[in-house]
Amino acid sequence: MIRRLLIANRGEIAFRVIRTAKRLGIETVLGASEADLNSAAAWLADHIVKVGPAPSAQSYLDVAKVIAATKLSGADALHPGYGFLSENVGLARACAEAGIAFVGPSSSSLEAMGDKLMARKVGIEAGLPVVPGGEAGDKEEARRRAQETGYPLLLKAVSGGGGKGMKRVDNESQLDGQIDLAMAEAQASFGDPRIYVERFITSGRHIEVQVLGDGVNAIHLGTRDCSIQRRFQKLVEEAPAALLPDDKRTAIEQAAVDLAKFLAYRGAGTVEFLVDAVTFDFYFLEMNARIQVEHPVTEAITGVDLIEQQLLVAAGSKLALTQEMIRPRGHAIEVRINAENWREDFQPSPGRAASAKWPAGEGIRVDTHIFNGGLVPPFYDSLAGKLIVHGNDRAEAIERLTAALSVFELEGMDSTAGLHAIIAADPRFRAGDVDTRFFGNLNNG
Amino acid sequence: MKGDLPLSPEDVNEIVTILKGSQYDRLDIRTDRYRLRVSRADAGEGQGEGWSQAWSLEDEASPAGATAQSGQEEIPVPEGMHAIRAPLPGVFYRSPAPGTAYFVEVGSSVEAESNVGIIETMKLFNPVPAACAGEIAEILVENGAMVDAGAILMLVK
Repeated sequence: MIRRLLIANRGEIAFRVIRTAKRLGIETVLGASEADLNSAAAWLADHIVKVGPAPSAQSYLDVAKVIAATKLSGADALHPGYGFLSENVGLARACAEAGIAFVGPSSSSLEAMGDKLMARKVGIEAGLPVVPGGEAGDKEEARRRAQETGYPLLLKAVSGGGGKGMKRVDNESQLDGQIDLAMAEAQASFGDPRIYVERFITSGRHIEVQVLGDGVNAIHLGTRDCSIQRRFQKLVEEAPAALLPDDKRTAIEQAAVDLAKFLAYRGAGTVEFLVDAVTFDFYFLEMNARIQVEHPVTEAITGVDLIEQQLLVAAGSKLALTQEMIRPRGHAIEVRINAENWREDFQPSPGRAASAKWPAGEGIRVDTHIFNGGLVPPFYDSLAGKLIVHGNDRAEAIERLTAALSVFELEGMDSTAGLHAIIAADPRFRAGDVDTRFFGNLNNG
Repeated sequence: MKGDLPLSPEDVNEIVTILKGSQYDRLDIRTDRYRLRVSRADAGEGQGEGWSQAWSLEDEASPAGATAQSGQEEIPVPEGMHAIRAPLPGVFYRSPAPGTAYFVEVGSSVEAESNVGIIETMKLFNPVPAACAGEIAEILVENGAMVDAGAILMLVK
């Protein structure tokens, strides 16, 4: 069992991890930057050790400093939270060398899921479907690839990024011309004419599966839908994914478990899929080898404390949960309350909360580090807290969300709560008719 | 560091359930560790009832007790001068990248849309426009310093 746990993170996740650790009788040490020495997490932790100055490059992102602080504190385990070094192979290795239990998967799992290309390769090896496509060095090869993927398809520069050289092709008659264009643009922009031919999913949903593994066994805790995103940042997350046929849901969950078993995965992880909103065909994208921001929606419907499971597995225990024990109930929605002025292009709005009135009551959970007088420092991300609602069904969850948002009050900084009220009232959202284009089409006048 | 939260989120929701069935619409709990106020929100027409929780972590290490670190003193803006203020809090940089020339020096002339610096907030770089035309008379904040929103960065005459 873990005796003393260092939390190498900050904000709401540090607060939330400390809470569970304390409940389990584990002594907690917050590894904080100078800017977080007076944070709510520092208030709650049994001990604090300073990792470094405020900028994260010199504190939360510095492996040597995090390890030094952990050793200094006498902790026998380290929880990396999410973001920062949570999926860093170097930190996992350094922990192993120092005899500190890393609350996360093995370094080989971290490496296998380290980047999207590698993840795709491993996913294929594990037998998961991936978005059909592949590289083409010349026109002939590009034509052959197009035959395999079908239409509509996307041509993108292999060396590219940021949408440069991307072409959408809707049918075969457009293909030749678009290949020429894409290759010419790829050559001009990146000095490399190779293109990637990929099936284009017109209406896609981002659906992910929570998994837990102990290195031998693996189970899933159902799906989450995180299609509502802005610039690839998730805004709203739900569990389970709504309007998904049972056979497809079962198949996606099974694919996630297959991958976890293939990796001999240890701890909590999330397998992400792109799901065609029309056909429900699904494609593996990547795996997040850590706890995620949106984990509370899964906790709400399953009753499982995922941080507790992470700590048990990190201490060397076998999974005590079996698949049969996971009985999801009802529907949960999480909204991220960020300290941002969403009406002004989401400009960051760090500052001190003169007062923070969070909703309370049946079916409501708040994960936050911002209480009365709490500070959102300008150095880190803008997450002020998460509001999680749970109902017997999706309609009840939305009702609770609407009511909860109406009592929320944060003074001293802007927040995205008003945007969430608009989303909660949107007819498409209420109908569950949501894909990754939702936010772009949102009329938030 | 000395904080303790004996009330779980479930406990708070339980308190709300108890209050709902009572004649009371608020509960104020104060210990030497924290203060929790649970109250019924002003019910809008037909909105049903909402409840809120407000926590203060009362302790010497509490965030509420901590003072702002920057504490820059506001200087009076001299007659006939314009102040260029920080549009938002963050780290102020005088050049576009480390080791490159500063945007402006004392004596530089600026237009309203001239960029005089950058403020880094939450990993985003925000330009600081002069917002007035004239000549930079004084630069009050060092390169790399933390500034509050509205802090005076430079004076223009």
